[in-house]
Amino acid sequence: MPELLSVKNLKIEATSYPPGEQPKVVTLVEGVSFDLQKGKVLGLIGESGAGKSTIGLSALAYGRGGCRIIGGEVLLNGRDILKLDRSGINSVRGAQVCYVAQSAAAAFNPAHKLGDQVIEASLRHGIMTRDEAEKRALYLFRVLGLPNPETFGDRYPHQVSGGQLQRAMTAMALCPNPELIVFDEPTTALDVTTQIDVLAAIKHAIEETNTAALYITHDLAVVAQISDDIMVLRHGKTVEYGTTKQVIEAPKEDYTRALVSVRQTKRDEASDQSGALLKIERIHAGYANGFKVLHEVSMHLPKGQTLAIVGESGSGKSTLARVITGLLPPSEGRITFDGKELPRALKGRTNDELRRIQMIYQMADTAMNPRQTVRDIIGRPLSFYFGMHGARKTERVKELLDQIEMGPRFLDRYPAELSGGQKQRVAIARALAARPELILCDEPTSALDPLVAEGILNLLLRLQEETAVSYVFITHDIAIVRAIADSVAVMHRGRLVRFGPKSKVLSPPFDDYTDLLLKSVPEMEIGWLEKVLKTRRMESAGN
Amino acid sequence: MMESGPMTGPVLTDGTAGEPPRSADLSGVPAKPNPTGEIGGTFWRRFGFRRPLAALILQRLGLSVGLLFAVSLMIFGGIEALPGDFATTYLGQSATPQAVENIRKDLGLDRPWSERYLNWLGGAVQGDFGTSWASKNSVSEQIGKRLGNSLFLAFFAALISVPLAVGLGMLAVQFRNRMPDKIINVISLAAISLPEFFIGYLLIMFFAVQWGVATFPATVYDSMSFTERLSAIALPVATLVLVVLAHMMRMTRAAILNVMSSAYVETAELKGLSTFRIIARHAAPNAVAPVINVIALNLAYLVVGVVVVEVVFVYPGMGQYMVDAVTVRDMPVVQACGLIFAAFYIFLNMAADVLAILANPRLRHPR
Repeated sequence: MPELLSVKNLKIEATSYPPGEQPKVVTLVEGVSFDLQKGKVLGLIGESGAGKSTIGLSALAYGRGGCRIIGGEVLLNGRDILKLDRSGINSVRGAQVCYVAQSAAAAFNPAHKLGDQVIEASLRHGIMTRDEAEKRALYLFRVLGLPNPETFGDRYPHQVSGGQLQRAMTAMALCPNPELIVFDEPTTALDVTTQIDVLAAIKHAIEETNTAALYITHDLAVVAQISDDIMVLRHGKTVEYGTTKQVIEAPKEDYTRALVSVRQTKRDEASDQSGALLKIERIHAGYANGFKVLHEVSMHLPKGQTLAIVGESGSGKSTLARVITGLLPPSEGRITFDGKELPRALKGRTNDELRRIQMIYQMADTAMNPRQTVRDIIGRPLSFYFGMHGARKTERVKELLDQIEMGPRFLDRYPAELSGGQKQRVAIARALAARPELILCDEPTSALDPLVAEGILNLLLRLQEETAVSYVFITHDIAIVRAIADSVAVMHRGRLVRFGPKSKVLSPPFDDYTDLLLKSVPEMEIGWLEKVLKTRRMESAGN
Repeated sequence: MMESGPMTGPVLTDGTAGEPPRSADLSGVPAKPNPTGEIGGTFWRRFGFRRPLAALILQRLGLSVGLLFAVSLMIFGGIEALPGDFATTYLGQSATPQAVENIRKDLGLDRPWSERYLNWLGGAVQGDFGTSWASKNSVSEQIGKRLGNSLFLAFFAALISVPLAVGLGMLAVQFRNRMPDKIINVISLAAISLPEFFIGYLLIMFFAVQWGVATFPATVYDSMSFTERLSAIALPVATLVLVVLAHMMRMTRAAILNVMSSAYVETAELKGLSTFRIIARHAAPNAVAPVINVIALNLAYLVVGVVVVEVVFVYPGMGQYMVDAVTVRDMPVVQACGLIFAAFYIFLNMAADVLAILANPRLRHPR
C-alpha cells in the first residue's frame, strides 16, 4: 500500500537569541523518519521540547517562530512538499493537509463567524461551492455532536464554550476533505469531562471520513485511545516507534517504560483521620462584583496528612486556597487552625499565623522574582520570620537545598537558569524555609512533564514523612489524588460534592458528578474509550 | 489495611451539589447572566446585560458631556485665577482707579463669579459666547470664520496623513526589520523628536525662502479662490503632516505586527490563504480598534495643536485668534476658544472609543 505521508530523516533548526550572548543555532529535530498510510493515525508523544509540534507542522512545510526545516524529505503522495514554492505549498495547506491547534480559543479569528471560518479553506481552494461547503459543515457539526448544528455556524467564537470550539476546529480541518490532519494537543487545554467528549468526537469523525491523522500529545493514555502507531520522541529524536499495542504493552526502551508506568504510584491513606489541624466550616466567598464562587464549603485536615481538593476549572478550588490564606476573606463561615480561629483577612493575622501556612503555586515561574538568586529567594522567609542573616542564613539555605535534592551549587543561580522542575523545587524550599505546618499546593505539577511531576510528588511525600507537614493539594488530576491523598474533597461549581477518606470517596456508590469525573480520566489501556462511552451517557450537548 | 478495624475520621458527605454536572466554559467573559436568566440589580445593570453595546456607548456619551462641563468650570476658574485683568491692561499703567472701576462695571466684572459663570455657560450652550471686550464684535461670529479656517487646515492635514500613515505602517510590516522598515523608522523618529515650530521654520527656510516654490505667510482672505487657498496652506499642512505622521505610523505598525503574530493568523496561513487575504480579512479587522484610537487622538491633536503652527505661518485660524486674545486679556474669546478646543478633543476621543467598541465582536454580539 502506498504511503500517504512519508517523512525521511527530518532535521529542523532554529536560532535562539539568549540575552547578552551571541545568537546560537539549536537543532530541534534530528533524524526523524516515519510513514503514514491512508486512514491511519500516528501518535507523536513526548515531553515539552521534544519537537512534537515542530514535526507535526513540517507536514504542512511550516516552521513556527523562526524554525527552519534544513534537511530531509516530507513526501506527500510521493511529492516532496519541502521543495514547493509559496503558491505550491499554499495549495497543499488547507486542502490536502489541515491543522488543529491546541488552543482553539486563540486559533479562531474573533472577528468572523465560526461557519465562515470553517468553510473558508474549502471555498478558497475551489474544492466546493458555498452551498456544498455549508452542507458539509452542517454534516460535520452533527458528526461532532455540536449543539444546534443548523445555527452553530452563525455564532462567533466567544459565544461558544472551549470544548465546542475545539470540536469546531476539528470540523474546520475536516471540511475540505483533506487526506491528512495534524492534531496538536487538541484536548490538553480542556477539563477531563470535556476532553473525553472531544476525543470521542474526533475519533468518530476521522473514522467516518477515513482521514489520516498525526496526533500530537504528551499524554500516553490519550494517544493509546486514538492511534494505530505511536512514535515516542525525546529531545528531537526518536526513542521508540511501533504499533500502539507494542508501545503500550511491551515498551522496549527505558524512557517509554517510565512514561507508561508513570502515575502508578499509589499510597495508602492514614488510618486515623480524626484530628483537625485545619478546619473549614460553612465557607461562603465571592468577588467584589457580586460573583459568588464558594457556597457552604466545609472540610478538615488532620495533622501530617494530605487533603486533595479535586475539581475542574471554575469549580472554586483555587478560590478556596485564597480563602484559607486570607487573600480573599470569606463572606460567611470560619477557618480554625490548630484549634484557634484564624482572622478572616490577611491583614488581621499575626506573623506567626502567616508563617505556619505557606503556599506553592502552579507557575513557579511567575511566583519568583526573576532578578533574585536562589539564595535570596529561599533566604527571604528565613530573615523575615526568623531574623536570620549572614553565615547562619546561608547554612540554612544550603540545608534546604539538600532537602529538595538540589545541592549548594544552585545557590547563586537565577530562576531563568533553572528547569521547570527545579523552579518548583526552589518554590517548595522557600515554603519549607518558614517551617510551616501546612502547605497549600495549587496544582504544583500540572505545568510539568509527567516524569518531572512524579519527581516533585515523591519529594513532597518524603518531606511529609520527615517533617510531618500537612498538605492541601489542589489538582484536577485523579491519578495524583490516588498517589498522595489521605482524604479527598470533590468540588463542582463552587460546592462541595463529596468529602471523606480517599478509599471511600474514590469507591462506589458514587454521586453523578464524581462518577462522571472518575470515568473521564483516560487510562493507559487500549480500547478504554469505547468501553467508557458505552457506559457513560453522552453529554455532548452540554459541553 | 483499610478493610481491617473500625475507622474513625471524616464521614463521607455526598451529593450536596443539586445541579447536573456540566463543564465550565473556558472563555473569559464573566459578565454573563446566571443560567436561570434572572438578572438582579438596578435597571442600569439589567440594561447593561441585555444591551451591552448600547449601554457602553450611552455611558461614554454621558462621560463626555460631564467631562465637558468639568472642563468649562476649569477654564472659567483658571481665567478667574489669573493675576491682572482686562481693565488695567486696556487702560495702561496710568489709569485712574475710577476709570478702571467703570470698565469693570461695564463688563460686569463686579458681579460674583458664580453668577457670571452660569450666565456664560447658559449662552455657550446656545452657541452665544458673548462679545469680545477688545473689538466689541460677537465672539461666535468671529470664531465661526476662524474655526472654518482651522478645520480647513486640519482637514487637509488629516486627508494626507491618515492614509499615508496607515500605508507606511503596512509597508513597514511587510518589510519588517529590513531596509524600508528601518528607513521609515528613522525618519519618523526624527520627525517626532523635532518640535513643530522648528519643522515649520525649516520648511519656510527651504521651500519659501531658498527655493521660492511655496507661499509665505500662509494668510488666507475671503477673496481668495480655492486653488489659491490650497497653495497658501501647503507649508502649514506639510508641517502638521510631518508632526502627526510618525506617531500614527508607528502605532499602526505595532498594532498590525501584534495581530500578525496571533494564533488565528497562523491558522489562516495554515489554511493556505494568500498573504493579501490574511492581512485584509484576518489581520485588519482585529487591528482596527487600536489604529482608530491613534488616528482619533492625532486628529484631535491636529485641531488643537494648530495653535503653534498657525502663529508660525500667520494663518488666520482659531489658534492665532486665541493667542492674540490672551495677550490682551480678552477673556470671552479665550474662554470660547478653550471650550471649543476641549470639546473637539473630548468628542474625537469619544468617537474613537465608540468606534473601538463597535469594532469588538464580543460587544457587538453578546453571548
